Amino acid sequence: MTTKVSTPERKSLHFQPRTPATSTSDKVVGAVSHTALTIWTLIVILPLLWTFMSSFKTSSEIFASPFALPAEWKLDNYVKAWSEAGIGSAFLNSVLVVAVALVIVMVLGAMCAYVLARYTFPGSRAIYYLMLAGLTFPIFLAMVPLFFVLKNMGLLNTLPGLILVYVGFALPFTVFFLFSFFKSLPHEITEAAALDGAGEWRTFFQVMLPMAKPGLASVAIFNFLGLWNQFLIPVSINAAGPRVLSQELAAFAGQMGYAVDYGALFAAVSVTVIPVLIVYVIFQRQLQGSVSQGTSK
Amino acid sequence: MSSVKTQQSRNDDGLAAVVPATAPPQVIKRRRKPLTWDKVSFFAVFLGLPLAIYLLFVIWPFIQAFGYSLTDWSGFSPTQNFIGLENYSKIFTDDIFMKAMGNNILLVIFLPIITIILSLILASLVTVGGSSKGQIKGLRNSSFYRVVSFFPYTIPAIAIGIMWGQIYDPSGGLLNGILTGLGMDQFKDFAWLGDKNTAMIATMFVIVWGFVGFYMVLFVAGIKGIPAELFEAARIDGAGRFRTAVSITIPLIRDNIQTAYIYMGILALDAFVYMAALNSGGGPDNSTLVMAQQLFFTAFSKGQFGLASAMGVVLAVATLIFSGLVFVVNRLTGGDKDVSL
Repeated sequence: MTTKVSTPERKSLHFQPRTPATSTSDKVVGAVSHTALTIWTLIVILPLLWTFMSSFKTSSEIFASPFALPAEWKLDNYVKAWSEAGIGSAFLNSVLVVAVALVIVMVLGAMCAYVLARYTFPGSRAIYYLMLAGLTFPIFLAMVPLFFVLKNMGLLNTLPGLILVYVGFALPFTVFFLFSFFKSLPHEITEAAALDGAGEWRTFFQVMLPMAKPGLASVAIFNFLGLWNQFLIPVSINAAGPRVLSQELAAFAGQMGYAVDYGALFAAVSVTVIPVLIVYVIFQRQLQGSVSQGTSK
Repeated sequence: MSSVKTQQSRNDDGLAAVVPATAPPQVIKRRRKPLTWDKVSFFAVFLGLPLAIYLLFVIWPFIQAFGYSLTDWSGFSPTQNFIGLENYSKIFTDDIFMKAMGNNILLVIFLPIITIILSLILASLVTVGGSSKGQIKGLRNSSFYRVVSFFPYTIPAIAIGIMWGQIYDPSGGLLNGILTGLGMDQFKDFAWLGDKNTAMIATMFVIVWGFVGFYMVLFVAGIKGIPAELFEAARIDGAGRFRTAVSITIPLIRDNIQTAYIYMGILALDAFVYMAALNSGGGPDNSTLVMAQQLFFTAFSKGQFGLASAMGVVLAVATLIFSGLVFVVNRLTGGDKDVSL
């Protein structure tokens, strides 16, 4: 029983397949299940479709009827949202900040997790628990002092400041998750690398890191979603800086009371939602796998 | 001294690169040396760099927050006087903050339980809703439901909030459009977020909508980790679907449920984004105001940083108490005992 089944495949595959005769109760249960799941699927998907459809309508069309299709499928609202409302530049800021922060946190997190998992030294447990503490405390508690830490460093309202804070707050999750991953890698391989004359640095970058790829991919996906969705950190410490997407979206919605352009608002939401949704649909297999990996530890 | 070591380790590296991998293991000895430059630099960078960032941007602000919470610091004034627990007594006599705390408690009670029950039901339907004969298998086409249900998790919370704000719109919104279309004319122009009786429920539904898919995927993964033999055995013993779900599935994915409960509870104690997007002013009669909104307002609009930090500490303590409670309840009701696989 030492082997661990890590694939999400059902164990039932070992059983001899029989041809089941479907009974009436099975049919009823199947129908009820499908109905319930279909209802939930509709609840999930209808708001999204409606938002997407409305993003092509003019404000007067939206108020005339929530269901009517737009008279013309024009991209006017998208042009307006992208350039006039600043969603375009905010989108690019978001991509830049999240990409840089993601690379840094993955490298630093992997290094830290590796050291904590593979070496015993005084204080290693303490550091590990310190990381755990960062996971449980609400970010809110840190916001006010963080504002002044960044102010003193001259990083308030700048993208580099935002990146550093993103790295700091994504670090505990990354370390916590990769810790168990590095722990599970066999020790023989490190020894073999040492026998072949690889130093600590080379062992990590050329042997251990490539082996940790599946774990790294899972953590990277969750970190990406977490950072891309981040709202509180940018509105607190980047309020007057170059806005990221979630900030710009909130600002855009906030001024809606004065200049009502609902079509452009729907377009702005669609621009935010669709790229990530497409990426998700392409990579959903890996993601489903990583959810199971991340929680079974 | 250290430069000598650098030289030496460089030489070793060079040697290792030249000598084929099958060379006699003369190099092992090097590993035993107490401190090489390779090792020192490795630890300095691998541990020092991440820790420095973490301590500076996460731990240090957390510690400072406790300190600030004991002062009367009002923003940019250079003076801050130590006033002990005065901020805390101010908080607990402030009606608006207590109202916000009450709303958070409502959220903590209802959000996790609704989300978890709904996602457990959907996960069970997907995994064991299939035929009761032959091998244990899930529903046909179940991956479609799983993929679609996960959609909301990939959408930024602020976008979810704005989108639902439009769906709840009294006149042009999708919800009232559907309801009046079904003949329920009393909902024509009904402001879901503007009525203090429905604002909180409507808001809760948005959060549930955003998270059910994620926990469904989590539970599906948990259920798939249960060996099929257990389901077979239960079936042979005559357990029906409901009995199997209650006696087999739920006890075996108990740890997943506990994790989900804690995550959802922490989210319910925050809930800032959703509230800010749906009713930025706290809703009718402050019916959707949460502590986090009050904290944000106190800090960044009113500039009362001492008071805001004290609110943060209250929020943190509430989070810890909640997590502790979940652990204790799970222990007391027999978790960790008979669920080891």
